[in-house]
Amino acid sequence: MQLYLPIADIPVNVFLILAMGAAVGFVSGMFGIGGGFLMTPLLIFVGIAPAVAVASVASHIAASSFSGAISYWRRRAIDPALALVLLSGGIVGTALGVWTFTQLRALGQLDLLIALSYVVLLSTVGGLMFWEGLRAILRARRGVVVPLRRSGSHGWIHGLPLKMRFKRSKIYLSVIPVVIVGLVIGFIGAVMGIGGGFILIPIMIYLLRVPTSTVIGTSMVLTLVTMVIATMLHAVTNHLVDAVLALILMVGGVTGAQFGARAGQKIRGEHLRLLLGLLILAVGIRFAIELVIQPEDLFTIRETGGAG
Amino acid sequence: MMLRAPIAAIGFALALGAGFALSDAHAERLIVSVSNHRVTVTPNYSGEELVLFGSVEKDDKTPANRTYDLVVTVSGPRADMVTRRKERKFGIWVNTDYRQFLKVPTYLALFSNRPFDAIASPEVQRRQQLGINNVLLTQRVGPDYADVVPNDAFRSAFVRLRSQHGLYREATSAVTFLTPTLFRTGIPLPGEVPIGTYDVEIKLFADGALVARTDTAFEIVKVGFEQFVANTARQNGFTYGLAVAFMALMTGWMASIVFRKD
Repeated sequence: MQLYLPIADIPVNVFLILAMGAAVGFVSGMFGIGGGFLMTPLLIFVGIAPAVAVASVASHIAASSFSGAISYWRRRAIDPALALVLLSGGIVGTALGVWTFTQLRALGQLDLLIALSYVVLLSTVGGLMFWEGLRAILRARRGVVVPLRRSGSHGWIHGLPLKMRFKRSKIYLSVIPVVIVGLVIGFIGAVMGIGGGFILIPIMIYLLRVPTSTVIGTSMVLTLVTMVIATMLHAVTNHLVDAVLALILMVGGVTGAQFGARAGQKIRGEHLRLLLGLLILAVGIRFAIELVIQPEDLFTIRETGGAG
Repeated sequence: MMLRAPIAAIGFALALGAGFALSDAHAERLIVSVSNHRVTVTPNYSGEELVLFGSVEKDDKTPANRTYDLVVTVSGPRADMVTRRKERKFGIWVNTDYRQFLKVPTYLALFSNRPFDAIASPEVQRRQQLGINNVLLTQRVGPDYADVVPNDAFRSAFVRLRSQHGLYREATSAVTFLTPTLFRTGIPLPGEVPIGTYDVEIKLFADGALVARTDTAFEIVKVGFEQFVANTARQNGFTYGLAVAFMALMTGWMASIVFRKD
């Protein structure tokens, strides 16, 4: 069934977009990530202008992370205090990111920078996650039990001042690294047009030592708020959010996310990390290949305004 | 700015000058009409084909048994575009050189009843902008505005990329003469067609010279829901953003209720 998109200005197949939304939603529900780094390239591949794709995906991620956040809230798997401190940094980071985005676009090398940061970030995070998951599985095979929280092995992060008690996560931590993490994720998310969940979750687990029970839910709150802000900013500055496209993506996405979350609960943690690592690594490698291999067409056209 | 191709400086003056070559000695008149002057884009719009038909009116001054050639140029709303070229730098492919195209048609179609070479001399083809190679596509070249030779790498890449999307097209057998004076041609509009006003220019040639010309136009507009969404997005960005954000929250909330399993 063909449907004409009012902002993207092209007809698309509704079932194709629904299926894409559901597939990405499944992955995001399973791993507790937004999935923007998968959705945006898919939409561009279907023929939607990159700017419209980035802007509309923001609202799609807001919808799926809200639905996820509600169910995590019911299970008391969100740490409100931790979420608030992260957000205070995240909002500033998002604003800084949008400002940088505008400056870079004026320089004309934004595409290259986005592609390069995709390659670096995705391959690093994906590679580390894959390696860590693999080691955990091998350890489990050999029957070595390693507790996730090594008490006493406090790093320099735990020596910082301004300590605060995050009750639900049962951690006692300085607010400085939390605010900085929020700031960095907000910044990266705004510049690259992604939610940043796939970077935030490992940072929270390995650097801040937040227990896995509250990690995903809390990171979803941060994703939700930054993506709502991003949607608003895109709508006000560029007028490029396609409501029809966003709605189709949302309906597919939230449905897929529910099934993904159920599938995710059946898989063991280290396997899940291994799979997610592989997926992120694959997307990173795909971007790397695109940069290295000679493109099919050396020329590209972009409209720069002045229509009518 | 670096230019690799020699520039055949065809300025705006030439474009303006075109059309004055009309001689009043002959008195053909063109009467044309488009099947639909207002193409409406509805949710199930996925492209359309318009039909242009018309006839050549002669009067007593017209030489008898004259054979005619017809060229139809359809140009869509104009916009500025940038064509970039990638080059390998440090092992990766990056955009290096670019050329800016100013106020060029977003849609361009040229139809005729036989090849342009058979209709008029190269000189007339150039002056009357017959064929995509002769249509003026203004580029910013340093401080100047000019078109370049047709085989310029950026210009041909631009035309090729637009043609791949069906937005630039040239067909030298698309115009059919039903009788010696009655003609018709189809104007195919792809699904991703730009919204706006389209100018249609019809030029009549006889013995290699322009004898008559006329213009018509049609518009492609969004109506109903499409128009409402596009207008709101443009004029009330804040409200629109709020509405989309609210829609996202509602969808997420609904999903968590529908799929709730306690």
